[in-house]
Amino acid sequence: MRVVSRLYRVPLPALAVASLVLMMVALTLVFYVAPNDANQGFSQRIFYFHVPIAFTAYACFAAGAWKALRHLWKRDPLADLESYVAVHQGVIFGTLVLLTGSIWAKISWGHWWLWGEDELVLFLVLFLFYCAYFMLRFSVDPGPQRANLSAVYALFGVVLIPVSFLAIRIAKSFVHPEVFTLHGPNFGGWILVTYCVAQAALLLFAHTLYRVELTGKRLDARLRELRFA
Amino acid sequence: MTYFADVGALARKDLLLELRARDTLPAMLLFVVATFVVFHFSLPAHSSQLAASGLLWVAIIFTALLGLGRAFVPEREQRVLDGLVLAPCDRSAIWLAKSIATLAFLGAAELVALPVFALFFHGLSGATVAGVVLADIGICAVGTFLGAMAVATRARDLLLPLLFLPLAIPIVVGGVGASVVGSPGRYLAFLALYDLLFGLLCWATFEYVVTE
Amino acid sequence: MTTAETYVTAAYCVVFAGVLVYVVLIALKLQRLEREVDELERAAHKAAEDERETVGVG
Repeated sequence: MRVVSRLYRVPLPALAVASLVLMMVALTLVFYVAPNDANQGFSQRIFYFHVPIAFTAYACFAAGAWKALRHLWKRDPLADLESYVAVHQGVIFGTLVLLTGSIWAKISWGHWWLWGEDELVLFLVLFLFYCAYFMLRFSVDPGPQRANLSAVYALFGVVLIPVSFLAIRIAKSFVHPEVFTLHGPNFGGWILVTYCVAQAALLLFAHTLYRVELTGKRLDARLRELRFA
Repeated sequence: MTYFADVGALARKDLLLELRARDTLPAMLLFVVATFVVFHFSLPAHSSQLAASGLLWVAIIFTALLGLGRAFVPEREQRVLDGLVLAPCDRSAIWLAKSIATLAFLGAAELVALPVFALFFHGLSGATVAGVVLADIGICAVGTFLGAMAVATRARDLLLPLLFLPLAIPIVVGGVGASVVGSPGRYLAFLALYDLLFGLLCWATFEYVVTE
Repeated sequence: MTTAETYVTAAYCVVFAGVLVYVVLIALKLQRLEREVDELERAAHKAAEDERETVGVG
Protein backbone atom coordinates (compact mmCIF):
# COMPACT_ATOMS: atom_id res chain seq x y z
CA MET A 1 0.00 0.00 0.00
CA ARG A 2 1.46 3.26 -1.08
CA VAL A 3 1.06 6.24 1.17
CA VAL A 4 1.06 9.39 -0.95
CA SER A 5 2.32 12.13 1.34
CA ARG A 6 0.68 15.50 0.98
CA LEU A 7 3.47 18.04 0.86
CA TYR A 8 5.92 15.79 -0.92
CA ARG A 9 4.39 16.78 -4.22
CA VAL A 10 7.36 18.94 -5.17
CA PRO A 11 9.53 16.68 -7.29
CA LEU A 12 12.84 15.86 -5.72
CA PRO A 13 15.11 16.88 -8.63
CA ALA A 14 13.44 20.29 -8.71
CA LEU A 15 14.19 20.72 -5.01
CA ALA A 16 17.79 19.68 -5.55
CA VAL A 17 18.31 22.14 -8.41
CA ALA A 18 16.66 24.93 -6.42
CA SER A 19 18.94 24.31 -3.45
CA LEU A 20 21.97 24.21 -5.78
CA VAL A 21 21.06 27.59 -7.23
CA LEU A 22 20.25 29.18 -3.87
CA MET A 23 23.44 27.85 -2.29
CA MET A 24 25.54 29.29 -5.10
CA VAL A 25 23.83 32.64 -4.70
CA ALA A 26 24.46 32.48 -0.95
CA LEU A 27 28.12 31.58 -1.40
CA THR A 28 28.60 34.41 -3.87
CA LEU A 29 27.02 36.85 -1.48
CA VAL A 30 29.00 35.57 1.49
CA PHE A 31 32.38 35.77 -0.17
CA TYR A 32 32.11 38.44 -2.82
CA VAL A 33 29.37 40.86 -1.84
CA ALA A 34 29.06 41.11 1.93
CA PRO A 35 31.33 43.76 3.40
CA ASN A 36 34.27 42.89 5.63
CA ASP A 37 33.57 43.02 9.32
CA ALA A 38 35.19 46.00 11.05
CA ASN A 39 36.39 43.99 14.05
CA GLN A 40 37.15 40.49 12.89
CA GLY A 41 37.86 40.91 9.21
CA PHE A 42 37.52 38.16 6.68
CA SER A 43 37.25 35.30 9.16
CA GLN A 44 33.95 36.64 10.45
CA ARG A 45 32.30 35.28 7.30
CA ILE A 46 32.15 31.84 8.83
CA PHE A 47 29.32 33.31 10.88
CA TYR A 48 27.15 33.23 7.75
CA PHE A 49 27.40 29.45 7.82
CA HIS A 50 27.64 28.73 11.53
CA VAL A 51 24.45 30.43 12.69
CA PRO A 52 22.18 29.27 9.84
CA ILE A 53 23.48 25.72 10.29
CA ALA A 54 22.69 25.91 14.00
CA PHE A 55 19.19 27.14 13.29
CA THR A 56 18.72 24.43 10.68
CA ALA A 57 19.79 21.81 13.22
CA TYR A 58 17.22 23.10 15.72
CA ALA A 59 14.60 23.01 12.98
CA CYS A 60 15.49 19.39 12.18
CA PHE A 61 15.21 18.34 15.82
CA ALA A 62 11.91 20.16 16.14
CA ALA A 63 10.64 18.47 12.98
CA GLY A 64 11.76 15.11 14.36
CA ALA A 65 9.86 15.76 17.57
CA TRP A 66 6.77 16.87 15.65
CA LYS A 67 6.79 13.71 13.56
CA ALA A 68 7.33 11.71 16.74
CA LEU A 69 4.26 13.33 18.25
CA ARG A 70 2.26 12.50 15.14
CA HIS A 71 3.37 8.90 15.43
CA LEU A 72 2.34 8.56 19.05
CA TRP A 73 -0.83 10.60 18.79
CA LYS A 74 -2.25 10.03 15.31
CA ARG A 75 -0.55 6.71 14.53
CA ASP A 76 0.60 8.18 11.23
CA PRO A 77 2.29 5.21 9.50
CA LEU A 78 5.05 7.19 7.82
CA ALA A 79 5.81 9.39 10.83
CA ASP A 80 8.33 7.10 12.51
CA LEU A 81 10.61 7.00 9.48
CA GLU A 82 10.21 10.74 8.92
CA SER A 83 11.11 11.40 12.55
CA TYR A 84 14.20 9.23 12.29
CA VAL A 85 15.40 10.90 9.09
CA ALA A 86 14.78 14.37 10.56
CA VAL A 87 16.80 13.52 13.68
CA HIS A 88 19.54 12.10 11.46
CA GLN A 89 19.73 15.35 9.49
CA GLY A 90 19.73 17.25 12.76
CA VAL A 91 22.74 15.31 14.01
CA ILE A 92 24.60 15.91 10.75
CA PHE A 93 23.97 19.64 10.94
CA GLY A 94 24.72 19.63 14.65
CA THR A 95 28.10 18.08 13.96
CA LEU A 96 28.70 20.84 11.40
CA VAL A 97 27.84 23.42 14.06
CA LEU A 98 30.46 21.96 16.35
CA LEU A 99 33.05 21.91 13.55
CA THR A 100 32.37 25.42 12.25
CA GLY A 101 32.13 26.78 15.78
CA SER A 102 35.42 25.17 16.67
CA ILE A 103 37.10 26.67 13.60
CA TRP A 104 35.66 30.07 14.42
CA ALA A 105 36.86 29.81 18.02
CA LYS A 106 40.33 28.90 16.84
CA ILE A 107 40.48 31.81 14.42
CA SER A 108 39.03 34.35 16.83
CA TRP A 109 40.48 33.29 20.15
CA GLY A 110 43.19 30.75 19.44
CA HIS A 111 41.42 27.87 21.20
CA TRP A 112 39.78 24.94 19.44
CA TRP A 113 37.16 24.65 22.14
CA LEU A 114 35.53 27.28 24.34
CA TRP A 115 33.48 26.18 27.33
CA GLY A 116 32.32 29.78 27.63
CA GLU A 117 30.44 29.72 24.33
CA ASP A 118 26.86 28.69 25.19
CA GLU A 119 25.77 27.47 21.81
CA LEU A 120 28.76 25.19 21.34
CA VAL A 121 28.26 23.56 24.73
CA LEU A 122 24.55 23.16 24.06
CA PHE A 123 25.24 21.43 20.78
CA LEU A 124 27.74 19.16 22.49
CA VAL A 125 25.07 18.06 24.97
CA LEU A 126 22.52 17.62 22.17
CA PHE A 127 25.06 15.69 20.12
CA LEU A 128 25.51 13.25 23.03
CA PHE A 129 21.78 13.00 23.49
CA TYR A 130 20.95 12.31 19.86
CA CYS A 131 23.84 9.89 19.37
CA ALA A 132 22.22 7.91 22.16
CA TYR A 133 19.01 8.09 20.07
CA PHE A 134 20.70 6.04 17.39
CA MET A 135 22.15 3.61 19.90
CA LEU A 136 18.66 3.15 21.29
CA ARG A 137 17.06 2.73 17.90
CA PHE A 138 19.53 0.19 16.65
CA SER A 139 19.42 -2.00 19.71
CA VAL A 140 15.71 -2.70 19.22
CA ASP A 141 14.36 -4.88 16.43
CA PRO A 142 12.25 -3.03 13.85
CA GLY A 143 8.64 -2.87 14.84
CA PRO A 144 6.07 -0.84 16.73
CA GLN A 145 8.04 -0.87 19.96
CA ARG A 146 11.14 0.59 18.31
CA ALA A 147 8.98 3.32 16.77
CA ASN A 148 7.41 4.12 20.13
CA LEU A 149 10.70 4.25 22.02
CA SER A 150 12.33 6.43 19.35
CA ALA A 151 9.37 8.78 19.30
CA VAL A 152 9.31 9.23 23.06
CA TYR A 153 13.05 9.85 23.12
CA ALA A 154 12.78 12.45 20.35
CA LEU A 155 10.18 14.27 22.46
CA PHE A 156 12.55 14.25 25.43
CA GLY A 157 15.17 15.80 23.20
CA VAL A 158 13.06 18.74 22.28
CA VAL A 159 12.29 19.45 25.95
CA LEU A 160 15.98 19.08 26.75
CA ILE A 161 17.00 21.85 24.34
CA PRO A 162 15.66 24.82 26.34
CA VAL A 163 16.38 23.17 29.70
CA SER A 164 20.00 22.53 28.74
CA PHE A 165 20.38 26.03 27.40
CA LEU A 166 19.14 27.46 30.68
CA ALA A 167 21.44 25.10 32.61
CA ILE A 168 24.46 26.18 30.60
CA ARG A 169 23.62 29.83 31.16
CA ILE A 170 23.28 29.50 34.92
CA ALA A 171 26.34 27.26 35.12
CA LYS A 172 28.49 30.10 33.87
CA SER A 173 28.59 31.80 37.22
CA PHE A 174 30.51 28.95 38.77
CA VAL A 175 32.14 27.23 35.81
CA HIS A 176 33.61 29.85 33.55
CA PRO A 177 34.03 33.36 34.82
CA GLU A 178 35.54 34.82 31.66
CA VAL A 179 33.21 35.22 28.76
CA PHE A 180 34.53 34.64 25.30
CA THR A 181 31.55 35.44 23.19
CA LEU A 182 31.62 35.06 19.48
CA HIS A 183 29.97 38.21 18.30
CA GLY A 184 27.84 38.30 15.27
CA PRO A 185 28.06 41.31 13.02
CA ASN A 186 25.82 44.30 13.44
CA PHE A 187 23.00 43.62 11.10
CA GLY A 188 22.29 46.03 8.32
CA GLY A 189 22.14 46.26 4.57
CA TRP A 190 24.00 43.57 2.70
CA ILE A 191 24.89 41.71 5.89
CA LEU A 192 21.26 41.05 6.65
CA VAL A 193 20.49 40.07 3.06
CA THR A 194 23.45 37.69 2.93
CA TYR A 195 22.47 36.14 6.25
CA CYS A 196 18.87 35.59 5.17
CA VAL A 197 19.86 34.10 1.83
CA ALA A 198 22.36 31.78 3.54
CA GLN A 199 19.70 30.71 6.02
CA ALA A 200 17.16 30.03 3.30
CA ALA A 201 19.73 28.14 1.24
CA LEU A 202 20.70 25.92 4.16
CA LEU A 203 17.12 25.19 5.14
CA LEU A 204 16.29 24.27 1.56
CA PHE A 205 19.40 22.13 1.30
CA ALA A 206 18.54 20.37 4.56
CA HIS A 207 15.03 19.71 3.31
CA THR A 208 16.41 18.33 0.04
CA LEU A 209 18.74 15.99 1.90
CA TYR A 210 15.86 14.98 4.15
CA ARG A 211 13.67 14.14 1.14
CA VAL A 212 16.53 12.26 -0.52
CA GLU A 213 17.15 10.09 2.52
CA LEU A 214 13.46 9.56 3.18
CA THR A 215 12.80 8.53 -0.41
CA GLY A 216 15.73 6.16 -0.37
CA LYS A 217 14.55 4.48 2.82
CA ARG A 218 10.96 4.29 1.63
CA LEU A 219 12.14 2.62 -1.57
CA ASP A 220 14.09 0.09 0.48
CA ALA A 221 11.00 -0.68 2.52
CA ARG A 222 8.75 -1.02 -0.51
CA LEU A 223 11.20 -3.26 -2.35
CA ARG A 224 11.49 -5.48 0.71
CA GLU A 225 7.70 -5.68 0.85
CA LEU A 226 7.54 -6.60 -2.83
CA ARG A 227 10.16 -9.27 -2.44
CA PHE A 228 8.35 -11.00 0.37
CA ALA A 229 4.83 -10.41 -0.96
CA MET B 1 -8.36 7.03 44.24
CA THR B 2 -7.43 3.64 42.89
CA TYR B 3 -4.57 5.23 40.94
CA PHE B 4 -2.67 6.01 44.10
CA ALA B 5 -3.65 2.69 45.59
CA ASP B 6 -2.05 1.01 42.57
CA VAL B 7 1.05 3.14 42.93
CA GLY B 8 1.24 2.30 46.60
CA ALA B 9 0.87 -1.40 46.03
CA LEU B 10 3.53 -1.49 43.32
CA ALA B 11 5.95 0.61 45.36
CA ARG B 12 5.42 -1.59 48.40
CA LYS B 13 6.23 -4.63 46.27
CA ASP B 14 9.57 -3.17 45.20
CA LEU B 15 10.49 -2.10 48.70
CA LEU B 16 9.60 -5.50 50.14
CA LEU B 17 11.62 -7.25 47.44
CA GLU B 18 14.63 -5.14 48.29
CA LEU B 19 14.20 -5.67 52.00
CA ARG B 20 14.29 -9.40 51.45
CA ALA B 21 17.02 -9.58 48.81
CA ARG B 22 19.17 -6.82 50.28
CA ASP B 23 21.43 -6.58 47.26
CA THR B 24 20.95 -3.15 45.66
CA LEU B 25 21.16 -0.88 48.69
CA PRO B 26 24.34 -2.32 50.25
CA ALA B 27 25.99 -2.21 46.82
CA MET B 28 25.06 1.45 46.40
CA LEU B 29 26.37 2.30 49.87
CA LEU B 30 29.66 0.52 49.30
CA PHE B 31 29.99 2.09 45.87
CA VAL B 32 29.48 5.62 47.10
CA VAL B 33 31.96 5.29 49.98
CA ALA B 34 34.54 3.72 47.67
CA THR B 35 33.98 6.56 45.21
CA PHE B 36 34.72 9.10 47.93
CA VAL B 37 37.99 7.36 48.68
CA VAL B 38 38.88 7.45 44.98
CA PHE B 39 38.04 11.16 44.95
CA HIS B 40 40.44 11.77 47.79
CA PHE B 41 43.21 10.30 45.72
CA SER B 42 42.15 12.10 42.55
CA LEU B 43 42.14 15.58 44.07
CA PRO B 44 45.66 16.95 44.12
CA ALA B 45 46.83 18.80 47.21
CA HIS B 46 45.51 22.32 47.67
CA SER B 47 42.46 21.57 45.57
CA SER B 48 39.68 23.83 46.67
CA GLN B 49 36.68 22.81 48.67
CA LEU B 50 34.68 23.59 45.57
CA ALA B 51 36.27 20.72 43.68
CA ALA B 52 35.15 18.30 46.36
CA SER B 53 31.61 19.72 46.23
CA GLY B 54 31.53 19.18 42.51
CA LEU B 55 32.73 15.62 42.92
CA LEU B 56 29.93 14.93 45.39
CA TRP B 57 27.50 15.38 42.54
CA VAL B 58 29.46 13.05 40.30
CA ALA B 59 29.23 10.43 43.05
CA ILE B 60 25.47 10.94 43.39
CA ILE B 61 24.84 10.60 39.67
CA PHE B 62 26.89 7.44 39.29
CA THR B 63 25.55 5.82 42.44
CA ALA B 64 22.06 6.54 41.16
CA LEU B 65 23.01 4.95 37.83
CA LEU B 66 24.08 1.84 39.69
CA GLY B 67 20.76 1.61 41.46
CA LEU B 68 18.76 2.44 38.33
CA GLY B 69 20.47 -0.30 36.39
CA ARG B 70 19.01 -2.75 38.85
CA ALA B 71 15.56 -1.18 38.93
CA PHE B 72 13.88 -3.23 36.25
CA VAL B 73 15.95 -6.37 36.59
CA PRO B 74 13.34 -8.30 38.65
CA GLU B 75 10.62 -7.37 36.16
CA ARG B 76 12.71 -8.42 33.23
CA GLU B 77 13.94 -11.68 34.71
CA GLN B 78 10.53 -12.85 35.83
CA ARG B 79 8.77 -11.35 32.82
CA VAL B 80 6.61 -9.49 35.26
CA LEU B 81 6.50 -6.36 33.13
CA ASP B 82 4.09 -7.95 30.65
CA GLY B 83 1.85 -8.93 33.51
CA LEU B 84 1.95 -5.44 34.95
CA VAL B 85 1.08 -3.93 31.61
CA LEU B 86 -1.91 -6.24 31.28
CA ALA B 87 -3.10 -5.30 34.74
CA PRO B 88 -6.09 -2.92 34.78
CA CYS B 89 -4.12 0.03 36.09
CA ASP B 90 -2.94 3.19 34.39
CA ARG B 91 0.49 2.35 32.92
CA SER B 92 2.02 5.52 34.30
CA ALA B 93 1.37 4.10 37.79
CA ILE B 94 4.09 1.55 37.07
CA TRP B 95 6.54 4.35 36.39
CA LEU B 96 5.50 6.39 39.40
CA ALA B 97 5.72 3.44 41.77
CA LYS B 98 9.12 2.40 40.47
CA SER B 99 10.39 5.99 40.76
CA ILE B 100 9.19 6.24 44.34
CA ALA B 101 10.87 2.95 45.24
CA THR B 102 14.14 4.01 43.56
CA LEU B 103 13.89 7.36 45.32
CA ALA B 104 13.64 5.51 48.62
CA PHE B 105 16.79 3.51 47.84
CA LEU B 106 18.72 6.54 46.68
CA GLY B 107 17.60 8.50 49.70
CA ALA B 108 18.63 5.70 52.03
CA ALA B 109 22.04 5.52 50.37
CA GLU B 110 22.47 9.29 50.70
CA LEU B 111 21.52 9.20 54.37
CA VAL B 112 24.83 7.42 54.83
CA ALA B 113 26.76 9.02 51.97
CA LEU B 114 26.25 12.65 52.94
CA PRO B 115 27.56 12.33 56.50
CA VAL B 116 30.50 10.29 55.17
CA PHE B 117 31.20 13.09 52.69
CA ALA B 118 31.07 15.64 55.49
CA LEU B 119 33.51 13.47 57.41
CA PHE B 120 35.96 13.00 54.55
CA PHE B 121 35.86 16.41 52.95
CA HIS B 122 33.90 19.29 54.38
CA GLY B 123 30.53 20.13 55.89
CA LEU B 124 27.39 20.47 53.84
CA SER B 125 25.14 23.50 53.77
CA GLY B 126 21.37 23.38 53.93
CA ALA B 127 21.22 24.44 50.33
CA THR B 128 23.28 21.41 49.32
CA VAL B 129 20.89 19.07 51.10
CA ALA B 130 17.89 20.80 49.52
CA GLY B 131 19.61 20.48 46.16
CA VAL B 132 20.21 16.78 46.78
CA VAL B 133 16.54 16.22 47.58
CA LEU B 134 15.33 18.05 44.48
CA ALA B 135 17.94 16.42 42.29
CA ASP B 136 17.01 12.95 43.58
CA ILE B 137 13.43 13.46 42.43
CA GLY B 138 14.60 14.36 38.94
CA ILE B 139 17.15 11.56 38.80
CA CYS B 140 14.66 8.91 39.86
CA ALA B 141 11.87 10.16 37.61
CA VAL B 142 13.97 10.35 34.45
CA GLY B 143 16.22 7.43 35.34
CA THR B 144 13.36 5.05 35.99
CA PHE B 145 11.74 6.06 32.72
CA LEU B 146 14.93 5.50 30.77
CA GLY B 147 15.54 2.25 32.63
CA ALA B 148 12.22 0.96 31.33
CA MET B 149 13.25 1.97 27.82
CA ALA B 150 16.66 0.34 28.14
CA VAL B 151 15.14 -2.91 29.38
CA ALA B 152 13.21 -3.21 26.12
CA THR B 153 16.40 -3.21 24.06
CA ARG B 154 19.17 -5.69 23.43
CA ALA B 155 21.90 -3.50 24.84
CA ARG B 156 20.24 -2.90 28.23
CA ASP B 157 22.99 -2.22 30.78
CA LEU B 158 25.18 -0.58 28.17
CA LEU B 159 22.46 1.75 27.06
CA LEU B 160 21.14 3.19 30.31
CA PRO B 161 24.19 5.39 31.13
CA LEU B 162 24.28 6.66 27.54
CA LEU B 163 20.63 7.62 27.69
CA PHE B 164 20.79 9.02 31.19
CA LEU B 165 23.94 11.17 31.27
CA PRO B 166 22.96 13.87 28.74
CA LEU B 167 19.68 14.30 30.59
CA ALA B 168 21.54 14.37 33.92
CA ILE B 169 23.69 17.33 32.92
CA PRO B 170 21.08 19.96 33.92
CA ILE B 171 20.64 18.17 37.25
CA VAL B 172 24.38 18.34 37.92
CA VAL B 173 24.41 22.03 36.99
CA GLY B 174 21.54 22.74 39.37
CA GLY B 175 23.02 20.68 42.16
CA VAL B 176 26.55 22.02 41.95
CA GLY B 177 25.21 25.55 41.68
CA ALA B 178 23.15 25.07 44.81
CA SER B 179 26.16 23.68 46.68
CA VAL B 180 28.73 26.17 45.56
CA VAL B 181 27.18 29.53 44.78
CA GLY B 182 26.38 32.15 47.42
CA SER B 183 22.74 32.58 46.48
CA PRO B 184 21.47 29.09 45.66
CA GLY B 185 17.84 30.09 45.14
CA ARG B 186 18.16 30.24 41.36
CA TYR B 187 19.61 26.77 41.15
CA LEU B 188 17.06 25.20 43.48
CA ALA B 189 14.30 26.81 41.41
CA PHE B 190 15.92 25.43 38.26
CA LEU B 191 16.02 21.93 39.77
CA ALA B 192 12.36 22.22 40.68
CA LEU B 193 11.56 23.31 37.11
CA TYR B 194 13.49 20.35 35.72
CA ASP B 195 11.62 17.95 38.02
CA LEU B 196 8.29 19.43 37.00
CA LEU B 197 8.91 19.45 33.25
CA PHE B 198 10.48 16.03 32.95
CA GLY B 199 8.22 14.49 35.57
CA LEU B 200 5.20 15.54 33.53
CA LEU B 201 6.76 14.33 30.31
CA CYS B 202 7.62 10.93 31.83
CA TRP B 203 4.18 10.56 33.33
CA ALA B 204 2.48 11.41 30.04
CA THR B 205 4.57 9.19 27.80
CA PHE B 206 5.33 6.09 29.89
CA GLU B 207 2.33 4.37 28.37
CA TYR B 208 4.07 4.29 25.00
CA VAL B 209 7.26 2.82 26.38
CA VAL B 210 5.67 -0.38 27.61
CA THR B 211 2.96 -0.90 25.03
CA GLU B 212 2.87 -1.22 21.26
CA MET C 1 40.06 40.33 -0.96
CA THR C 2 43.39 39.73 -2.64
CA THR C 3 43.58 37.94 -5.99
CA ALA C 4 44.83 34.76 -4.36
CA GLU C 5 41.93 34.74 -1.89
CA THR C 6 39.46 35.31 -4.72
CA TYR C 7 40.71 32.30 -6.60
CA VAL C 8 40.90 30.06 -3.53
CA THR C 9 37.33 30.98 -2.59
CA ALA C 10 36.22 30.37 -6.17
CA ALA C 11 37.87 26.94 -6.09
CA TYR C 12 36.03 25.98 -2.90
CA CYS C 13 32.76 27.23 -4.35
CA VAL C 14 33.30 25.12 -7.45
CA VAL C 15 33.95 22.02 -5.35
CA PHE C 16 30.82 22.70 -3.34
CA ALA C 17 28.85 23.21 -6.54
CA GLY C 18 30.11 19.81 -7.65
CA VAL C 19 28.75 18.22 -4.47
CA LEU C 20 25.38 19.88 -5.04
CA VAL C 21 25.29 18.66 -8.65
CA TYR C 22 25.86 15.17 -7.27
CA VAL C 23 22.81 15.64 -5.03
CA VAL C 24 20.78 16.65 -8.11
CA LEU C 25 21.89 13.48 -9.90
CA ILE C 26 20.94 11.33 -6.90
CA ALA C 27 17.54 13.03 -6.83
CA LEU C 28 17.00 12.19 -10.50
CA LYS C 29 17.99 8.57 -9.92
CA LEU C 30 15.63 8.31 -6.96
CA GLN C 31 12.79 9.71 -9.03
CA ARG C 32 13.41 7.07 -11.69
CA LEU C 33 13.63 4.29 -9.10
CA GLU C 34 10.37 5.42 -7.50
CA ARG C 35 8.64 5.25 -10.85
CA GLU C 36 9.98 1.74 -11.45
CA VAL C 37 8.91 0.53 -8.00
CA ASP C 38 5.45 1.99 -8.65
CA GLU C 39 5.26 -0.09 -11.82
CA LEU C 40 6.48 -3.20 -10.02
CA GLU C 41 3.89 -2.73 -7.29
CA ARG C 42 1.15 -2.32 -9.85
CA ALA C 43 2.30 -5.46 -11.66
CA ALA C 44 2.47 -7.42 -8.40
CA HIS C 45 -1.02 -6.30 -7.40
CA LYS C 46 -2.37 -7.19 -10.80
CA ALA C 47 -0.81 -10.64 -10.60
CA ALA C 48 -2.35 -11.14 -7.16
CA GLU C 49 -5.74 -9.99 -8.45
CA ASP C 50 -5.57 -12.37 -11.44
CA GLU C 51 -4.65 -15.25 -9.14
CA ARG C 52 -7.60 -14.45 -6.92
CA GLU C 53 -9.97 -14.39 -9.88
CA THR C 54 -8.98 -17.79 -11.20
CA VAL C 55 -9.40 -19.54 -7.86
CA GLY C 56 -13.12 -20.32 -7.76
CA VAL C 57 -15.36 -21.31 -4.92
CA GLY C 58 -15.67 -24.95 -3.99
